[in-house]
Amino acid sequence: MAAHLSYGRVNLNILREAARKELREFLDKCAGSKAIVWDEYLTGPFGLIAQYSLLKEHEVEKMFTLKSGRLPSADVKNIIFFVRPRLELMDIIAQNIFSEDKLHPARDFHILFVPRRSMLCEQRLKEQGVLGSFVNIDEYILDLIPFDGDLLSMEYESAFRECYLENDQTSLYHTAKGLMTLQALYGTIPQIFGKGDCARHVANMMLRMKREFAGTQNQILPVFDTLLLLDRNVDLLTPLATQLTYEGLIDEIYGINNGYVRLPPEKFAQKKQGEGSKDLPTEPKKLQLNSAEELYAEIRDKNFNAVGAALSKKAKIISAAFEERHNAKTVGEIKQFVSQLPHMQAARSSLANHTSVAELIKDITTSEAFFDNLTVEQEFMTGVDTDKVNTYIEDCIAQKDPLIKILRLVSMQSVCNNGLKPKVLDYYKREILQTYGYEHILTLNNLEKAGLLKPQAGSRNNYPTIRKTLKLWMEDANEQNPNDISYVYSGYAPLSIRLTQVLARPGWRSIEEVLKMLPGPHFEERQQLPSGLHKKRQQGENRTTLVFFLGGVTYAEIAALRFLSQMEDSGMEYIIATTKLINGTTWVKSLMDRPESQIP
Amino acid sequence: MAFITANWNPLGDAFYRKTELYEMFWSLRDGLRDSLIAAAPYGGPIALLREPLRRSPSTRPQLEIYSASGVSITSFPWKSGPVVYLGWSVNDELLCVQEDGTVLIYDLFGSFKRHFSMGQEVVQSQVLEAKVFHSPYGTGVAIVTGSSRFTLATNIEDLKLRRLPEVPGLQGRPSCWAVLTQDRQTKVLVSSGPELYVLDNTSCTAVYPPGLSPQAGSIVHMSVSFSYKYLALFTETGRLWTGLSNLQERLSEVDTKQAATPRQMVWCRRPRSQQPSVVLMWDRLLLVVGSCNDTIQFPLEDQSVLVGELDGVRIISSSSQELLQEVPLVCQDIFKIASMAPGALLLEAHREYEKSSQKADEYLREIKEQNVLGDAVRQCVEAAAHEYDPDTQKALMRAASFGKCFLTEFSPDQFVTTCRELRVLNAVRESSVGMPLTHTQYPALMTLQVLIDRLVYRQFYPLAIEVCRYLKIPDYQGVSRVLKHWASCKVQQKDLTDEAIARAVCAKVGDSPGVSYSDIAAKAYECGRPELAIKLLDFEARSGQQVPLLLKMKRSQLALSKAVESGDTDLVYTVVTYLKNEMNRGDFFMTLRNQPVALSLYRQFCKLQEPQTLKDLYNQDDDHQELGNFYVTSSYRDKRLEGRLAQLQSAVDEYNKAKNDFAAKATEEEMRLLRFQRKLDDEKGAGLLGLSLQATMEALMSLGLHKQAEQLYRDFRVPDKRYWWLKLKSLAEKEQWEELEKFSKSKKSPIGYLAFVEVCMKNNNRHEAKKYVSKVTPEQKVKAHLAVGDLEGAADAAIERKNEAEMGAVLSRCSASDRLLMDKLNRARVTAAKK
Repeated sequence: MAAHLSYGRVNLNILREAARKELREFLDKCAGSKAIVWDEYLTGPFGLIAQYSLLKEHEVEKMFTLKSGRLPSADVKNIIFFVRPRLELMDIIAQNIFSEDKLHPARDFHILFVPRRSMLCEQRLKEQGVLGSFVNIDEYILDLIPFDGDLLSMEYESAFRECYLENDQTSLYHTAKGLMTLQALYGTIPQIFGKGDCARHVANMMLRMKREFAGTQNQILPVFDTLLLLDRNVDLLTPLATQLTYEGLIDEIYGINNGYVRLPPEKFAQKKQGEGSKDLPTEPKKLQLNSAEELYAEIRDKNFNAVGAALSKKAKIISAAFEERHNAKTVGEIKQFVSQLPHMQAARSSLANHTSVAELIKDITTSEAFFDNLTVEQEFMTGVDTDKVNTYIEDCIAQKDPLIKILRLVSMQSVCNNGLKPKVLDYYKREILQTYGYEHILTLNNLEKAGLLKPQAGSRNNYPTIRKTLKLWMEDANEQNPNDISYVYSGYAPLSIRLTQVLARPGWRSIEEVLKMLPGPHFEERQQLPSGLHKKRQQGENRTTLVFFLGGVTYAEIAALRFLSQMEDSGMEYIIATTKLINGTTWVKSLMDRPESQIP
Repeated sequence: MAFITANWNPLGDAFYRKTELYEMFWSLRDGLRDSLIAAAPYGGPIALLREPLRRSPSTRPQLEIYSASGVSITSFPWKSGPVVYLGWSVNDELLCVQEDGTVLIYDLFGSFKRHFSMGQEVVQSQVLEAKVFHSPYGTGVAIVTGSSRFTLATNIEDLKLRRLPEVPGLQGRPSCWAVLTQDRQTKVLVSSGPELYVLDNTSCTAVYPPGLSPQAGSIVHMSVSFSYKYLALFTETGRLWTGLSNLQERLSEVDTKQAATPRQMVWCRRPRSQQPSVVLMWDRLLLVVGSCNDTIQFPLEDQSVLVGELDGVRIISSSSQELLQEVPLVCQDIFKIASMAPGALLLEAHREYEKSSQKADEYLREIKEQNVLGDAVRQCVEAAAHEYDPDTQKALMRAASFGKCFLTEFSPDQFVTTCRELRVLNAVRESSVGMPLTHTQYPALMTLQVLIDRLVYRQFYPLAIEVCRYLKIPDYQGVSRVLKHWASCKVQQKDLTDEAIARAVCAKVGDSPGVSYSDIAAKAYECGRPELAIKLLDFEARSGQQVPLLLKMKRSQLALSKAVESGDTDLVYTVVTYLKNEMNRGDFFMTLRNQPVALSLYRQFCKLQEPQTLKDLYNQDDDHQELGNFYVTSSYRDKRLEGRLAQLQSAVDEYNKAKNDFAAKATEEEMRLLRFQRKLDDEKGAGLLGLSLQATMEALMSLGLHKQAEQLYRDFRVPDKRYWWLKLKSLAEKEQWEELEKFSKSKKSPIGYLAFVEVCMKNNNRHEAKKYVSKVTPEQKVKAHLAVGDLEGAADAAIERKNEAEMGAVLSRCSASDRLLMDKLNRARVTAAKK
């Protein structure tokens, strides 16, 4: 089921297997038939660890979604709540238990906290008078979930918001714990680099935890050579820009959730031969997106403008392969052809799917609106007229374009200009409040706190310096045969990835000046390895770096890192981890506050 | 070496030997007379209470505790009531059963631990006799009272008293009794006059030992074997009956020809015993009676005590201690005179070899010829394990090692482990340590863990650490555990200062894995040394571990900062909740103020759970911006407009205080807008309340209330551009084309005229759209023409502007029917390109 996790340089399937084992062990603790009551948010991430079949093997007969009121009836011995440690969920659970039918034979209750049990929640259950009803209270430490052969995510949605708006570092604690788990499985990571306050905090916790666990030292040859911790707020610009890779665009337009995307069904009508395909499906088409699909692995990280060519090339190869049958003369040849058939058919349907997806996206990317938006983004990134009110944004507001689009653009302008002139900023804010409603004053305040919007202080705009030093803008980005990471944004090279690239070669010392301009400290730490575990590197063997984005990472950034891994002379392979896979929209959304009016 | 069999005594076809373990360290003035004595099995400690029943308060009896070798561990005057019985628990705790049924428990060092009672009624009837016994459930106590009733407690750790049924006809002291554990049940076997009864929880059953001669008379002494499997009964006529303790089978019956009741009677067996025996002791005689009717007699010079062991009997007298046991078969094989066993030959070969005699080769050849060299080595190793004398052990091991040289592919494991085990055993047998464990007792019933625990318990820390290191036990289970115990003990030393102890502990423990400083600190706190506890906590690496103890010690501030340090937010929450309940509000807030991380977490908590507290927190910090936001948020919760306005007014005040002019003004505007909306809703039922300004204007326009819309536009200084867009769209949607035209002429359009063209087209009115094409700026002309579908116009405009790109754009819209136009454009393009 998860073979694609083990293809990469680091076998992430080990992590998944460890997680599955723990899940099985917990389920077996509750003997007899069971029903799981899900905190809905968890079902997606859990799907990546275990399918229903695994649960079924362990006598899970029913699954419900956690909601207040009475639990649905189910003739099972155990009711297990799978929840995040949140107080509001505890109240719902308490309600569930109170409204349990007293006449029924008593069912055993269990609670499984993901990713960690919380005294605060247990206290709440106690106050509600239901703590004693639980036979088992346990935790399921699911911090880092393998999404792909080189990608781990905690799917901790509010991480950025908590860290930068609320000064709540819970997510960082989980991050540090997750990294400890990772090190337990893949060996101590000898070198840690970081940039940003959160990165510093995580590194401190890791070093502390390592001291705490001294003695239980694992004796595993380290798989990772380096860990790079990057705060999202070191690079606020990148997620704001529209991603231009295939996968990035799918995410921007339709949103990828836990490796799945739901697409409008029209283009996926089954075209059966003979039948006229009249009835179009009405359910959204659900596609799983990961490197298990050969074609997808090939095109996901390409600039969208290069996808068409790749698809047609693939189409030719596939039809050529099907033509082979005419050449198959002997029984042996036919047999061989037939044996390849399932693979070829899968390839063909994969091609059909992605051709449809590409068409859907093309409709949007060729629209004028998309083009205009992109033009403005690129103007900002290249530093054109960033210091005055932008007419395009003004027009968009007048046209009542989606608020998030406006927020993305205004934030981008602010970031690229190291803040906006107070008059300009106030003008935008006023426009937004008048058009979209006063309640967004809270959201605007949040964006200011997070540094996405800010009034220009006396200091000079250092974005141009950063842009030049790090070569964030490449005029001649080659979208078809890229030679630089800037292809992922058709010209803009993501700052976060440039930092990663420079770290590998020639090293951060060469950009001290720029690092000082970016927020938060930068640092390097070394973790002592037990003697005998020092890696003896073979000639030409690549080093492996784990890049951890605290506060989220976009698919385009991932694509850029994969590009670096594949570059022949880079000498470095990257594994990517993050608190959450984001795009500009989901990210800005997580920073919004929307009070609901209670006036009837 | 030749004399090794000197102390062997034949019994049936087996041999018994008496090995001296120690010359006792103690010097007892009155020997063992008039004393209660308890010696624990497995080489456990010995307790001695002199004249236990002496009641005069002026001279209290002395309770003394010794190691098995007689080294005094402690001694103190007995201040409680008269003691009937002393016994040791499996954990080396001393149980003192008092006459009134109270059982006092002391540790090895004589410090009182706890007590319990064997029942209220015992206070009246008094305990006549008591026994401490060991079962799989732990340590138990059985008593018989003055009213001849038995009471049992099978496990003193989990005390449940069981009063057993009455024994018919029994009055006063029974002549003898014993505790049996059978079928997971604890029973009492009691002899009353001529009868023998088994007492269990509910019944009292008369039983008859099978095959006991009718003329044997009543039973006056009984003994149960170490494993509870065998029973020995001694009758008034001097007959000794042995059999299974379930009384199903007799093993033997022997006439000892002794009329007196023995003082003590103990089974002497060993695993795979050839000739089990019962040892009986009178004042001057020790008699070993085998089931084969054979006996061995030893004279006794001194009053002694017998201690039954798994594989023999220890005989403790005031001057020495001996181990009486059946000689293990393998030792017999090797040392029996003229033995030809492989081991014996090998031992001989080695002896010759050391003498550099060629006979060595002959012996060796003989063994090799029989192909039993492997067996020979194994025998020597095994025998060495059973020998107590290090010289004998060495001789045997050397022989084994010698034999091994001639073997290929012989696993050295047994040899190596035995060497190691013997070294450890010899070390603990040292009389200064005084744990005379045999090799049989050591691994079978006593794991290495237990052995180390016992060493630790006796405070032989250096030896324990040596053993751990020598046996290469992982630090986690070995050295660290020892250090932990040591440290817990160290913190109790009253004569040292906190500083000195903390330093000593830190120096020794360092950061040994698995030693929890917080556990040590907890111990220090328990002993009433909070300052020391805090000093020790400082060494704890896991801040999470420090928190619970700090809370317990009421060092809440410190607990909070440690929790923050750990990064575990849940822990921080826990401390915060704790503090909230413990402190008054003012102090609580002040405490939080010094811990920004905790404060922000608490804010988060309040945001969801206690909005009012949140307000207080902001107030305390004079955080006016957040207070403003707070009022804004809560304004939306208000169900009435007046309420909402009041909240917003508070927000304005706060924003002003925060010097956030923008927010203050925006909020004031919102209030004005709300009032306006309410007014119009009341007047016209427009349903505007809560809409944004833009949406309000839009709604007004679609209701045809243009005047009001315009009023808003002016009042709220809406930028012209946006207002024009709004009006343009609104008019077009309502198809008020005339109005639209009028509007377009009201002044120069701030949004240009292309917008007019496009909006008209969007509302499907090409005719109206065309009206505005001419007004469009030259730059947008082409676009405008294209928008209304006027290709020629577009072409002309493009050609006029000599703009290649625009020409291209027009071209791309041309179809085959526009041949002429295309040619024209292409020509123009060529000219444009030339320039």
